[in-house]
Amino acid sequence: MSPVDNSRIKKVRQHISQNEGLIFEKSSPGKAAYRLSALDVPEVDAESLLGAQVRDDLDGMPEVSEFEIIRHFTRLSTWNYAIDLGMYPLGSCTMKYNARVNEVVVRMDGLANAHPYLPPEMAQGALRIMKTLADCLIEICGMDAITLQPAAGAHGEMTGIMLIHAYFDNKGEKRKKILIPDSAHGTNPATAAMCGYTVENLRSNDQGMVDIEALAAQMNEDVAGLMLTNPNTLGVFETEIHKIADLLHTKGGLLYMDGANMNALVGKVRPGDFGVDVMHLNLHKTFSTPHGGGGPGSGPVAIKKHLEPFLPSPILIEKGGKLSFDYNRPKSIGRVKAWYGNFGMHVRALAYTLANGPDGLRQTTEDAVLNANYIREKLKDVYELPFNAPSMHEVVFSHKLQAAKGVKTGDIAKRLIDYGFHPYTTAFPLVVADHGAIMIEPTESEPKEELDLFIDAMREIAREAQESPETILTAPHTARVKRMDETTANRKPILRWKP
Amino acid sequence: MAYPAAYRYTKEHEWIKVEGDTGTIGITDHAQDSLGDIVFVELPKVGAEVAAHKAFGTVESVKAVSELFAPASGTVTAVNEDLASAPEKVNSDAHGSWMIKIKIKDAGELSGLMSAADYEKYVAEEGGN
Repeated sequence: MSPVDNSRIKKVRQHISQNEGLIFEKSSPGKAAYRLSALDVPEVDAESLLGAQVRDDLDGMPEVSEFEIIRHFTRLSTWNYAIDLGMYPLGSCTMKYNARVNEVVVRMDGLANAHPYLPPEMAQGALRIMKTLADCLIEICGMDAITLQPAAGAHGEMTGIMLIHAYFDNKGEKRKKILIPDSAHGTNPATAAMCGYTVENLRSNDQGMVDIEALAAQMNEDVAGLMLTNPNTLGVFETEIHKIADLLHTKGGLLYMDGANMNALVGKVRPGDFGVDVMHLNLHKTFSTPHGGGGPGSGPVAIKKHLEPFLPSPILIEKGGKLSFDYNRPKSIGRVKAWYGNFGMHVRALAYTLANGPDGLRQTTEDAVLNANYIREKLKDVYELPFNAPSMHEVVFSHKLQAAKGVKTGDIAKRLIDYGFHPYTTAFPLVVADHGAIMIEPTESEPKEELDLFIDAMREIAREAQESPETILTAPHTARVKRMDETTANRKPILRWKP
Repeated sequence: MAYPAAYRYTKEHEWIKVEGDTGTIGITDHAQDSLGDIVFVELPKVGAEVAAHKAFGTVESVKAVSELFAPASGTVTAVNEDLASAPEKVNSDAHGSWMIKIKIKDAGELSGLMSAADYEKYVAEEGGN
C-alpha cells in the first residue's frame, strides 16, 4: 500500500492507478465526433413512415469528441492482461503463444481479401489451404473425414451430436440417451440436451477416470453415445479408453471425443486408433489460433467413415487436381455455418501445423506435458492433489490444505493477480470436492523461467494462507479494482448506466 | 446447527416436512453453507410432477449451480415465490425457507430418508460432498 496521501487530489490521478469513468460520464451536450453532409434528397417525416416504430428512448447516448473516444478506449486497452504480457495458466483453455508469422500469413492480400463468392476455379489457393489443413487434421486424429465449418468448440460438439443423431435416424433407430462423465465440460450436457437427448451422468472412479463397471451397467440400446474428453478435465488420460469404446460399440453406440485437450495427444496418440467415432478440435487451443477477443474460434469435426454421408454440406472435393464444393449431399445435416467456417483460422492453423511439422508437433505435446508435470512436482507438497493419477498437459490441485484457514480456490486466484499472473481456472472440474479445484495448464509455450516465477508465487501464497490468511481473503491489493462483491453483483446487477 | 427432528433428509441435502399427504421441501443448512451466497432459485410451477430422487429445480450460488432433488414423488401444490426476489433467505434460514409443497404420491418412498440424527452423522462423516 502506498504511504502517499492522495485523498485531496480530485481532478487528476496518478497515471499508473488512473481510473477511467464510463464514456457516458464524459458526455457534454452537443459534442460530436462527426458532421453529416448536407441533405441532398427531399426530407421525409420518419414518424409518418414508421409510426410507432420510431425510437424516442435513445436519449442519453454519450456525446464526446473523436479524441475523447480514442483516449477512453486506449486507456481501457492498457488495463488488459494478455498472453503477450505474461502467463495465462487457465486450465482447460490451452492459452498458448499465437506465433506472429501466422498473422503475417493470414494478412497476405490474396487471402485477407478473397471474397467468399469467388467461383472455386478462381479460389484454388484458398481451397488448397482448407484441403491441406483438412488432410493434416485427419492424419493427426486418425479419422476418415472432417468438416471445417463449426465456428467454435461447442459449435463443433453440437455438429458432432447432430451427426450421431442423423446416423441413428438413417438406421431407423430412436436412441434417447447420451452418457456424460461427471468430470465433463459443462458444454457437453448442454449440447446433448440441445440436440434433444436425455443426459445420463456417468460417475468417475477414485482415479478420476470413467468407472468401467458403471459404464457397463448403464450402457444399453437406448444410449446413442458417450461424450468423453481425453485426457479428461483432470488432465488424466483414460487408460482404458479402448475398453470404453468396445463397451459402446458392442451395444451399437458411438464414442464422441471432446478434443479440448488434444494438446496432450498430437503426434503421440490418435483418437481414431483408440475407437473414437466423432470428435471436434479447437483450432484456437491446440493449433494456436487466437482466443476470445483475438478470435474467432474454430471447431472442426472429424469423423469415421460411417458418419461421412451426414457431414455438413458443402464438402470439399478434388477432381483431376482441381478443388470444388459438392452440394449434392442428400443425407447431410445441412450447413452449420455461413460460407466455409472461419477461414482466417484455417490459414493460421495450417501455418502452425506446417511450421512445426510432425516432429515439432510431437515436441510441442511433450513440452506441454513436461511443463504441467514440472508445476505438479514443485507444488505438490503445498497444494493437495485430489487425484493421484499421472498428469498430462494440465494439473489439478485442490484448496483442501488452505481451506482449513478459510482460504478457498477463488481467494488464491485473486491473490495471484497481485503477483502479476492471470488466475488459473477455479472450481472446475466439479468432481473435485467442495468446488475446490485449482486447475493449471501452462502449455508448451512457457519457458522454465516463467514457470519458476509462477511456482514461487503459488508457494508464497500457500505460505500466506497458513501465516496471514487475511492477506489472501482481501486480495487483490495491487489491482486497479479491488475485491468485487460478487453476491450483490449477482443478486442485484446494475446492467445499464443511468444519469 | 440443529436439524429439525420433525423433518426427513436426503443424501443430496434436501429436507421434507410431512403433514398428512403434504410434503414441504427445502435444502438443509449444511447445503446452504457449502453452496455459499445463493443468488438464484429456480422452481417448478404449481401442478408440475416431481419424481423421487430426480431434479425438480436448481439453486445457484456465486460458486456453482446445483440441482434440487425431490425427496418423494408427487404433484407441486405451492411454490415459495418469495425466493425469486429474496434468495438470500435460504442462507439465513434454510430450514424455515421452504421451496415447494407437494401432494405426496407414495408415502412408502419416505421410509428411505434419513432422520435428523442420521443426517447429522452423515454430514459429519461424508463431509457432505
